[in-house]
Amino acid sequence: MKRSMFSVAVLGFVLAFLYVPILLVVAYGFIPNGISMSFFDANGDFAGFTGKWYAQIFSGHYSVRALLNSFWLSLTIAGLSTVVSCVIGTTSALALHRWKGRLQSLHHALVYTPLIMPDILIGISLLMLFVACRVDCGFWTILAAHVTFCVSYVVMTILARLQDFDDRIVEAAFDLGAGPWYTFFKVELPILLPGIVAGGLLAFTLSIDDVVITSFVNGAGTNTFPTYVSSMTKHSKNLPSVFALSTLMLIFTCVLVGFSKLLTMRSQVPQRRR
Amino acid sequence: MNDNPLRTRKAEWLVTAPSFVWLAVFFAVPAVIVLAFTFHGHDASGGVGDWSLSTWRELVDPDYPAIVWNTIRISFEVTLWSILLAVPCAYAIARMNKRWRTVVAGSIMLPFWTSFVVRVFAWKTMLHPDGWLQACYITFLRVREWLFGWLPAALQQALVWAGLASEGRVDVATSTILDSESAVVLVSVYTFLPFAIMPLYTAAEKFDFSLLEAARDLGAKNFYAFRKIFLPGIRQGLVSAVLMVFIPAIGSYVIPQMLGGTECVLIGNKIFMRAIQNRNIPHASALATLMAVSVLIPIGIAVWWKKRQDARGRKRLEEQTARLVMTGGGRAG
Repeated sequence: MKRSMFSVAVLGFVLAFLYVPILLVVAYGFIPNGISMSFFDANGDFAGFTGKWYAQIFSGHYSVRALLNSFWLSLTIAGLSTVVSCVIGTTSALALHRWKGRLQSLHHALVYTPLIMPDILIGISLLMLFVACRVDCGFWTILAAHVTFCVSYVVMTILARLQDFDDRIVEAAFDLGAGPWYTFFKVELPILLPGIVAGGLLAFTLSIDDVVITSFVNGAGTNTFPTYVSSMTKHSKNLPSVFALSTLMLIFTCVLVGFSKLLTMRSQVPQRRR
Repeated sequence: MNDNPLRTRKAEWLVTAPSFVWLAVFFAVPAVIVLAFTFHGHDASGGVGDWSLSTWRELVDPDYPAIVWNTIRISFEVTLWSILLAVPCAYAIARMNKRWRTVVAGSIMLPFWTSFVVRVFAWKTMLHPDGWLQACYITFLRVREWLFGWLPAALQQALVWAGLASEGRVDVATSTILDSESAVVLVSVYTFLPFAIMPLYTAAEKFDFSLLEAARDLGAKNFYAFRKIFLPGIRQGLVSAVLMVFIPAIGSYVIPQMLGGTECVLIGNKIFMRAIQNRNIPHASALATLMAVSVLIPIGIAVWWKKRQDARGRKRLEEQTARLVMTGGGRAG
């Protein structure tokens, strides 16, 4: 039992370690002085909280316009790369599941290797590709890069779903005279949909959070939210608005996660009663 | 089966093509280009020169081996600390009841719903020289000096390699935690810790805890039982946890850039510097190749180890089957 107490103490410490910076992110969104990043004024008195950074974000104040633009760009790229990587990822997972030849083992290696490579290697190699082909870096190169590193995660998520997929359903559909397209849209897609949605969510969060790969392929002047934040130098006056925006994102994702948890719980209740 | 239009060769190519072509163009071809660029010289205008071995010769520059070594050393340190913290956590979570387990496991991943860069920024603000963490850091340095200061030089060097002491005398009065190696290690552990806890927790969840009780009943001390029963029981999780921390730590670039200052430059930072700032494409490619090698070696070891484990498992199974056959089909007959 002594050992168990020790491990619980370590767990408590780790949870505190993980949450202190998050609490600070929330607190810094209300900081009155954006230059000194302190809640205390020059005399050492507590200066109180302020909501002005939130007001600036909601009114689209000119000082946060670049920040908001980078945020919208991030959302656009994350949305588009989610859609593209879901489409490519679904076909890829189906191919990997259905055939087991030499082509598929090569295909599997190609899908799996990006997962074990550090981001920076994917970033630098894509930059080299664009240098070698003399492509100007910008929106489209960022999108291509994001799809590239998202696809593998989507494939892995859908493959996990395919593991308990009964292949006889597809055979049955063919025997009953359904064509390949009809079978895909009416039989396979509905069964795979939860896996595709989960993979898509993963792709979206990876894409919206990526800074390493983007900073290699973004070219001059195109900034997503993470690269814009990391480019803000030490004494930017707008730092609190970054924290305020992050707090809003945190609340949004918490609500989203809670909502999806609620949905899955709702759908489980009838099963439990049966 | 043959009349199934989805099982033909043509269908296989059609379904495989989108992802295969995409990843070939944006992943495999770029890797080949990187390798090819390392056998080129660079020209002054920032382009790629003719075929030559000059890039590889220039890598002997004392700067580069030191950086590679530093990166590997710091990644080891980060991995060690993460595992040391993650194992007790996984143990504690796995021993909870089901409701608590999901809540705690979820709350370990929750901080990662905020932007990574913003979290590093929050750390940067916390590590400010006027902050309370700076005071903790100075105390830590003083204690370390008091603990290890009297040891002979050779032992001190060993401690430096183990990551417990720093090179040379530290000027306690002027050292800051921001822009130091300690800051990089601290925030790297913070960032990668959940990725170490998750595989360990998944392994610990499947572990049969009555084995520990049995060992204790047979007279094993708590820690002995933990070391001899629990750790081997979760070794698969340990291997994936090590890889989950070590690989991103090797590729780390944002954390040292924002918190390491000039003192802590890793391969990742050097690659970015060479590729974006100095426009020395061949050097960046060569460093990227070195990084890929330092990632592939531990992965290779893990794969080899897994194969050996599987082979052993199979051998044990064969032995058991043989024994069963020899005893005439076991007790069932």
